[in-house]
Amino acid sequence: MSSVLVVMEQTSGGGWHRISREALAAGRRLAAEMKMPVAAAVLGTSEALPTLTAQLAAEGIATVWAVESPLLQHYTADAFVAALQQLISEGKPAFVVFPHTYQVRDYAPALATRMNDVLVSDVIAMNVTDGAATFTRQWMGGKLNAQYRRAGSGPCFVSVQAGSFKADTSEAGATAGEVKKFTPQLDAAQIRSKPGEPFREAARTVDLGSAPVIVSVGRGIGEQDNLKIVAELAEALGAELAASRPICDAGWLPMERQVGSSGQTVAPKVYVAVGISGAIQHLVGMKGARTVIAINKDADAPIFEVADVAAVGDLFEIVPALTRALKS
Amino acid sequence: MKIVVAVKQVPERDAPVRVAADGRGVDAGDAWTMNEPDAYALEEALQLKERLGEGEVVVLSAGPERVESTLREALAKGADRALHIVTPEDGAGSLAERDTLGVAQLLADAVKTESPDLVLTGLQSDDLGAGQTGVVLAELLGLPHATLVLSVEASAGAKQIRVKRELEDGWFQQIEMPVPALLTIQSGGNRLRYATLMGIKRARSKETKQTEPAAADARHDEIVRVSIPERTRQTEMLTGDAVQIAAKLAERLKAEVGI
Repeated sequence: MSSVLVVMEQTSGGGWHRISREALAAGRRLAAEMKMPVAAAVLGTSEALPTLTAQLAAEGIATVWAVESPLLQHYTADAFVAALQQLISEGKPAFVVFPHTYQVRDYAPALATRMNDVLVSDVIAMNVTDGAATFTRQWMGGKLNAQYRRAGSGPCFVSVQAGSFKADTSEAGATAGEVKKFTPQLDAAQIRSKPGEPFREAARTVDLGSAPVIVSVGRGIGEQDNLKIVAELAEALGAELAASRPICDAGWLPMERQVGSSGQTVAPKVYVAVGISGAIQHLVGMKGARTVIAINKDADAPIFEVADVAAVGDLFEIVPALTRALKS
Repeated sequence: MKIVVAVKQVPERDAPVRVAADGRGVDAGDAWTMNEPDAYALEEALQLKERLGEGEVVVLSAGPERVESTLREALAKGADRALHIVTPEDGAGSLAERDTLGVAQLLADAVKTESPDLVLTGLQSDDLGAGQTGVVLAELLGLPHATLVLSVEASAGAKQIRVKRELEDGWFQQIEMPVPALLTIQSGGNRLRYATLMGIKRARSKETKQTEPAAADARHDEIVRVSIPERTRQTEMLTGDAVQIAAKLAERLKAEVGI
C-alpha cells in the first residue's frame, strides 16, 4: 500500500534535529489527508537507533524503519543515498518527506536523481484537494510563491523548510507502531569522501538569542561606511546590532552577528530590520520576534509580509531621523 | 587543474517581479546579472588557479542569448573561456520547460566534453532557489561532491583535495575527497573581485563556444500556480515623509522598548 515516508534526522547528541519534528508533522498531515499510513526512517548504527525508533513507534508511527549499518555512523552522501535508495525501492512510498537541513540539501537531490526523479525542495506549505497534493515553495527570494504538483510516477520527494510546519509533539499513545530493521547493502569502497570531525572556529562572543531588542541590517545599506547610521540607531535603542548573511559575507560585520538559517535564531521583543529584503533564509532566523519593524525602499520586499510596522522609504533618511527622534 | 564553473544568469536583485501572464512563471523584466552564489564559485576557481600557478577556468551557462553578458563578465574577471548552451527564451526547450534534472542534464552533457578535475557552482540560485543543481549534476556525472564549501585546498596534479564546508549553527567540517569532484560553494569564503578595465579588454579576445541544447524531457513536476504571497501579520503601514515616518517609529519603539 502507498505510504508517506518521513526521513528523520538526529543530532550528534542523539536527539532529534528540530526540523525533523516539523517534517514529521508535515508527513503525518499529508498521510492523513491522502488517507495513507505514515512511516518513518532513521539512519545510523545499531547502537544509536533503538531509543529513537522506539520513541517514534510509541508515538504511533505505523512503521518505523531502523536503517542500520556501521557505515552510517558518520554522515556521507554516498552511504545515505545508497541506503535510502534501497529502502525506497523496497517500500515504494508514494511520498518521501525530508526536513530541509544542510545534510538533506547535501544528499536528497542526488537520491532523487539516482531514482530518475526530482526533489521539490524547501517547501513552506502543502495542500491536498480531491486526493491530489500540491507543495508551495518560494521563488525570487520570497517575492513569489510557486505551487508544484507531482507529474511523474515514482515517489514524490519533498523537503520542508524550518518553521513552516508546527513541530510534532505527539506523545506515546494507545496504538503503537512497529520498528522494523532494514540493513542496506553498503560497501566501504562506495564511500568516496572522508568526512572530518565537526569543529568550531572560535567561541561565540555574541548571544543574539537572548537580546531583547535587535537592530539588523541588510544589503540595502549599500556600503560598509554607511553601517554607522545603523550602529547609532542600535545604540540609541540599547539594542544588539545584527545582520543578514550578505553583510557578514562581505566582512562588514563578524559572522557571529548573522541572523538566519546559517546564523543565529533570535526571538527578541523588538526586531528592527533595516534594508533587509527578507529571503526565507533570513526570515527563519527571526520569525519568533514579537514585534517586527521593517524599513525598506521596496514596497514588495518579503520582509513586509512578516512586519508589524512597515516603513516604505529611504533608510538613509529615515534611520538618522529616527535616531534623532529617539534621543530627543 | 582544469576547473569548470557552472553559472546561472538571474534577474537583478532589485528588479520588480511580476507573475507571468499565464500565472505559472515570472516576468522579471530585462535586468539580468550573474547569480551571486555562482560568482563566489567563480571567485574560488580563479583563486585556486592563481594559488596553483597553473590550470584553466572554463565558465559554463545555459540560457538564451542574453546569457552572453554574464559569460563576458566571468571572462573579464579572469575565466579563460566560456561554454554557452543556447536555449530559447521561452516555450519548447527553454529552461522553464525543464525541471532540475533536465537543466542539470544540459550542464552534464557540456561538462562531459571537458573532463575537468573540478566542477564548481553556487549552492543555490537567487531566482528559483532550489539549491539542487550542483548535487544533481554531480550525480549525473558520477562524481563525488561536497556542498556549502567555503574553501578548497588542492595541489597541482594531486588526486585528492581537502575542502572546508559549513555545517549548521556555526560548525564546520573538513572533507577529503578524490578528484574529479563537484563542489557547491557557499558565499563568504572569499571576497568577490571586480572586473578591471584590462580584464574587460582581454575578455574580447577570449573564446565563447555556443552549443545546441538536447531536446527537453517531460518534467517530473509541474508548476500549477505562481502568486504574490499573502501577508501573515496585520501590518501597520507608515506613510509620509522621512521625518514623519521616523517620528511615528520613535513613538512606537519608545513604547515597545521602554525608553
